[in-house]
Amino acid sequence: MATDWLRTLTDMPHWPRRLREQNVLGMNMRNADYIFGYNPRRFYPLVDDKLRTKRLAEKAGIAVPELYGVIEIEHDIPKLSKIVEGRKDFVIKPSQGSGGNGILVITGKTNNRYQRANGALMDEDGISHHLSNILNGLYSLGGQADKALIEYRVKFDPLFEPVSYRGVPDIRTIVFKGIPVAAMVRLPTRASDGKANLHQGAVGTGIDLLTGQTTLAVCKDRRITEHPDTGIPIAGLQIPHWNNLLTLAAHCHDLAGLGYLGVDIVLDRDLGPLVLEFNARPGLSIQLANGMGLHERLQRVEELDEIPQDPAERARIAQQLFAHKEAA
Amino acid sequence: MKNLHVKMLALCLTAVGIWLCAYKVTQLGLPLTPAERTEVWSVEARIVFRARAGTVKLSFPIPNQPPGFSLLDEDFVSGNYGLATERQENNRMAMWSVRRANGKQLLYYRASIYQDASAHQPSESAPPLFPEIPEFGEPYGSAVFSMLDEVRSQSADIKSFTRQLLTRLNAKEPDENVAVLRKDMPGEGVWVEDIVRILAGARIPARVIYGLRLVDGTRHGQLEPWLQVHDGQGWASFDPTTGDAGIPKDFLVWRIGSDPLIRLEGGAAPTVEFSIARNMHELVAVAQKRARLEGSRVMDFSLFSLPVQSQNVYRIILMVPLGALLVVVMRNLVGIKTFGTFMPILIALAFRETEWLWGVILFSLIVALGLGLRFYLEQLKLLLVPRLASVLIIVVLLMAGISVVSHRMGLDLGLSVALFPMVILAMTIERMSLVWEESGAGEAFQQGLGSLAVASLGYVVMSNSWLSYLIFVFPELLLVVLAITLLMGRYTGYRLTEFWRFRALLQQEKP
Repeated sequence: MATDWLRTLTDMPHWPRRLREQNVLGMNMRNADYIFGYNPRRFYPLVDDKLRTKRLAEKAGIAVPELYGVIEIEHDIPKLSKIVEGRKDFVIKPSQGSGGNGILVITGKTNNRYQRANGALMDEDGISHHLSNILNGLYSLGGQADKALIEYRVKFDPLFEPVSYRGVPDIRTIVFKGIPVAAMVRLPTRASDGKANLHQGAVGTGIDLLTGQTTLAVCKDRRITEHPDTGIPIAGLQIPHWNNLLTLAAHCHDLAGLGYLGVDIVLDRDLGPLVLEFNARPGLSIQLANGMGLHERLQRVEELDEIPQDPAERARIAQQLFAHKEAA
Repeated sequence: MKNLHVKMLALCLTAVGIWLCAYKVTQLGLPLTPAERTEVWSVEARIVFRARAGTVKLSFPIPNQPPGFSLLDEDFVSGNYGLATERQENNRMAMWSVRRANGKQLLYYRASIYQDASAHQPSESAPPLFPEIPEFGEPYGSAVFSMLDEVRSQSADIKSFTRQLLTRLNAKEPDENVAVLRKDMPGEGVWVEDIVRILAGARIPARVIYGLRLVDGTRHGQLEPWLQVHDGQGWASFDPTTGDAGIPKDFLVWRIGSDPLIRLEGGAAPTVEFSIARNMHELVAVAQKRARLEGSRVMDFSLFSLPVQSQNVYRIILMVPLGALLVVVMRNLVGIKTFGTFMPILIALAFRETEWLWGVILFSLIVALGLGLRFYLEQLKLLLVPRLASVLIIVVLLMAGISVVSHRMGLDLGLSVALFPMVILAMTIERMSLVWEESGAGEAFQQGLGSLAVASLGYVVMSNSWLSYLIFVFPELLLVVLAITLLMGRYTGYRLTEFWRFRALLQQEKP
């Protein structure tokens, strides 16, 4: 025990060098060099407001989950039943929410009560209160007044069924200057309450950009091989429509205007890849999920003389540059 | 170079901050530690005389750049007298005058002085002329000259001549020449002036200076004479009773020359008494007064020029930047998560008043109780702003409750709970409950403990009396704090907690 401590202690001076050798991008460097350097602040409202993102994406011909309706003021809350009339399932989202907070997934209705994805039942009052919370800015950055979006519930691809615990798994891609540099699948767990957010306990799985196959997995910053709830091995899954998906992610760069962008895409069983949202400050856990740091990849993109206009071309460049090397 | 702009800016700020601070330390003598005190002597001259029912004019010498001392403060208590000070040759004179005065008159002169090795030496006037050999008359003349001849043969220069002469004149068993001279020479003052005359017999310029021995508690002190001879370069001082060279450290030179001490017109029987007291003064106050006397503008713009109440406010406010720097370090260098960026500083400020242990206990108590009630409010499904307001009201009620209950139990420290910033407490409770719901109790406790830890560290830093003193006396040091903060703003290295977060990659082999 004592010698363990001693070893750790003597090892500590080497940590910064070792992390650098792994090309790990730290929070300070991400903020100072990439977010401040490549993401002009004036574009933030565009990605922070999902309604605006959705409308822009629709205009650019990028596939998004269909918007059923928007509730903007308290007075409109009763209109919800009209908006969802004739639809079995839907999702309520705060337009300016972050980290998957405030998202309510309704899978069906029985006896005037809505059934949530986690199995719980919710009456009209409960839904109204939730909508009211959204409008009052409970889930928005800085607490400003917000809008509630009611949209299509993604039926996720059966591929992920064995490795997800409720909720919707999504694929996060970091797109730097229009070129995808890393991607991971985020799988909800019981601990994450169905949310696909790594810091809430979701599983992150790295993806080989060339093949679209999952590689390593982490949960709560720890390496894992099987899904913690289902026990099914995670590595080696083949993501369908991978090339389309990568092109779609690269395409998103053009409408967001952000050089360092996180793109969240879901795979719908019927509709294929749909863009869920953008993130102007994507997290760093994607490095753990891929077992490698981002810094070198970002530098290689910075060194490129020319970046082509065509998103498909850019996705191809990414695959050439960053074909996954087996992690030791 | 990367970040050249920020680095240059930081360098400039640091340079200005350090330079101003160094100037204050070296030129104004401001101490770097709070407890430094220095001896300050209060010297008072009390002049009593009887006026003859008419115009009165009185002149009295007052200290003028006495060697080894600096004047801190002086004042004149002189009733209805008009006052002017003026320089006369080597002395500074206080001139009191009044058109009508009758009966016993009292005038005071008070000065605060302190020992100061770096005090300005009075500028030397032109060297005096060699004095004419005075007429001594017999039998003194022959006694003087035969003694001077003997002394001259036993000395090398003017200084050793004087020392030799004084030793001879003060010898316990005087030779016959000295015995002759000593006769008819009563009273010390006159005796020293006789020495000056004897020295004139050897054509050596000499003079008498008068000064005070600084002895604490002196009530009826008088000036003592001292002998100075000019050796062609400057005035050398000698104790006229022993022949020891130099001026003692506790000897305050009051006036130069042997003119009468008081010149009085329109009055009679003037007497002067000196009283002396020693005080300890904060060096800061001394430096401040000195800066004012020297006409330095720096102290005019210091925080000491504010009313005391505002000073006390700034003593606290000026510590906030240090707290902010601490938060920057804890966030960007260490990577500790807290509720709200500067919340820990405000809590730390409250700790200053409550003491740390009580602060932590009261803070935890209020947050725990508030959190419990907040979870109950969740059931009521309240709108956001009314819910925040309710939490705020609950916090205020809890604070009042804790104060009353602890007072009942005889714990008066519980009263200081009122010093907590209640809005901050309410927001902390709200944020904590949100984190609790969204990311689980573990994350909520982690951030809560993080906040408390940073607040405690902030308390340690901000309640440090030396730092507090340093920043208040040298607020320009905040420029250095700003420089460090700016540099931290461009720090792109890893945070300490990231070594834990990326430990899986840390253990990986080189790619």
